[in-house]
Amino acid sequence: MLYESSPVAIAIFASFVLSVIGLSFWLGRKGQSAKGYYAAHGEIHWFINGIAFAGDYLSAASFLGICGMIAFHGYDGFLYSIGFLAGWIVALFVIAEPIKSLGKFTFADALDAKFNSRGIKLAVAISTLVVSVFYLIPQMVGAGDLIVPLLGLPHAAGVILVGVSVTLIVVTAGMVSTTWVQFIKGSLLVFFCGILTSMILNRGLTENTGSLEPQTRTVRHDGSVLVDGRPQTREHDLRPVGTLKSLPERYGDATTTGPLRPLEYLAALEDSTVVIWAAKKTSDADGTHTTYSPVEKRGGDLLRPGGYFKGLSTGKLADKLDFASLMLALFCGTASLPHILIRYYTVKDQAAARKSTVVGIAAIGAFYVLTLFLGLGAMTSGALDPTSTNMAAPLLAKSFNETLFAIISAIAFTTVLGTVSGLIMAGSGAVAHDLVENVLGVQMTDAEKVRCGRIAAVGLGIVAMALGILFRSFNVSFLVGWAFNIAASANLPALVMLLFWPRTTRQGIIAAVTVGMVASLGWILLSADTFEKVYGLSREASPMPFSQPGLVTIPLGFLVLVVVSLLSRPEPRRVQ
Amino acid sequence: MAADSERGSGVAGGSGAPENGRAARVTRIGFGLFWVYVVLYFGFIALVLFRPEWLAARPLGGVNLAIASGLGLIVAALALAVVYMVAARLVESPGRDRR
Repeated sequence: MLYESSPVAIAIFASFVLSVIGLSFWLGRKGQSAKGYYAAHGEIHWFINGIAFAGDYLSAASFLGICGMIAFHGYDGFLYSIGFLAGWIVALFVIAEPIKSLGKFTFADALDAKFNSRGIKLAVAISTLVVSVFYLIPQMVGAGDLIVPLLGLPHAAGVILVGVSVTLIVVTAGMVSTTWVQFIKGSLLVFFCGILTSMILNRGLTENTGSLEPQTRTVRHDGSVLVDGRPQTREHDLRPVGTLKSLPERYGDATTTGPLRPLEYLAALEDSTVVIWAAKKTSDADGTHTTYSPVEKRGGDLLRPGGYFKGLSTGKLADKLDFASLMLALFCGTASLPHILIRYYTVKDQAAARKSTVVGIAAIGAFYVLTLFLGLGAMTSGALDPTSTNMAAPLLAKSFNETLFAIISAIAFTTVLGTVSGLIMAGSGAVAHDLVENVLGVQMTDAEKVRCGRIAAVGLGIVAMALGILFRSFNVSFLVGWAFNIAASANLPALVMLLFWPRTTRQGIIAAVTVGMVASLGWILLSADTFEKVYGLSREASPMPFSQPGLVTIPLGFLVLVVVSLLSRPEPRRVQ
Repeated sequence: MAADSERGSGVAGGSGAPENGRAARVTRIGFGLFWVYVVLYFGFIALVLFRPEWLAARPLGGVNLAIASGLGLIVAALALAVVYMVAARLVESPGRDRR
């Protein structure tokens, strides 16, 4: 669908970006120490840090991706919500407090605290960079994709705008400004999703009588677009979809339920009939045709698993393992993500680390409950763009009014800022603190450490912009899943065993990080999903039994660590 | 658990035996709550995989079990987190808990 750019959205977005950059300069006005740049002096209040966790963690994939998946496929998007939140249990109960007490600026510090080994620092710095880059690409591409319909600017402009803003935020005051940007973004996101949800409940469910004729979008070889055989214009465009065909019988002849309480809303939807639109692609001499046709579904069927994860109903073991593997990677991945782990160094002590994680869980959990209502609200809003799942949340807002559309659009865009600044910060620590200072052994004064971190941040910002433009036409949504798999396979075994198994050796950690990273990355590159979506080959050509590696490569990391540790000689522990 | 004493001595920063004992006790509480959630989470996944038809049941005022258990997992995570925070504070602040 074609969109009009909204001046209000541009104004709201510009004022947000300018004020956070202004705030960053104000926070960075004093000279900075290395502890200030990398860890915000360890003086962030636990509540601020907890909300900043939400700002760090809730990426565009969480907000736009999950809403869109629920709106188009029903329940399965909520499975991501459940898995993404569950990962915080590992963070809180297993990782948070020990990692706080062991580390200084980066998570390589923590893994290396007992050994002082360059090999560990090198392996962990590389895994930090790999995970951060995989996480970074979808954020940057997403920023570019969003800016086209929302602000009416070209894709590259969105990527550069985010890249430059984030680099400025990180360079001016490092972790201090990053924390505040994430705090502001986290609170805005949860607050406005709450407003939107209460508007959905207040509107209740309404039957809408849109046309149920199939519609076709054709992209011709010269790049021009036809809709139902005629050139696409604002006037002649795809019809918005998202139809509630009939309400439950208990509402009689009424076409609307009126305001509903949250559980009533879910129960009423369960007994309603909803129309979702299935897309089918064909190619011929004219170009590529995508036909969207209506499929009537009982609400109850949409509110159960299986709409997106088709494998759940095939009965094949490999499909079940694929799903189990994804849910395991989500569970184990969160506590191994470098940009989350560095946030434990910004608070005072272990008790503050614990409290801020609890605040983070509350904010993130509340948000994920809201995503369920946002997704279902969009599903029945009559405002969906059949071509774009990512636009579900902004278009849902549009079904209420234009101002809300502008606000939600601007928030969606700034969502990218918060997450990308965390990733650039984690990457800059890995390059400057782990690689240059510790692996290469460059002696630096405090001021030089900060300068080195800033140079690394600028470099990473440029790399991020280049990747965002390079990968623009690439389906990147699954890269976040890759990042979780690689983080869980490479980092979690080393973290857990170092903390809880005294016999762990230096060689064991290096081997586990390296094998976990290489095995999960290799598995992903050879998987059926990658064959189909990235190389454009047939799924059957893939040698791997299922696509998500975590189920095999996470245990493999543990196994390698134990075997190598037992084979190598334990070193006398450094006395603390 | 052998690992607890290890972590207790490494983590508490050598500020005396009672501190170490408390840190180890907090760790033990954390592990207990962790396993509670592991059972809930992977139990839910087992249901999705092996007993999907059960999820159509509607125990919660017309809301089905799939939605109810999903919301339940989110609420349970927060509840366990709060229990842990309160328990850890009771163990760590000597005035309230004379162990």
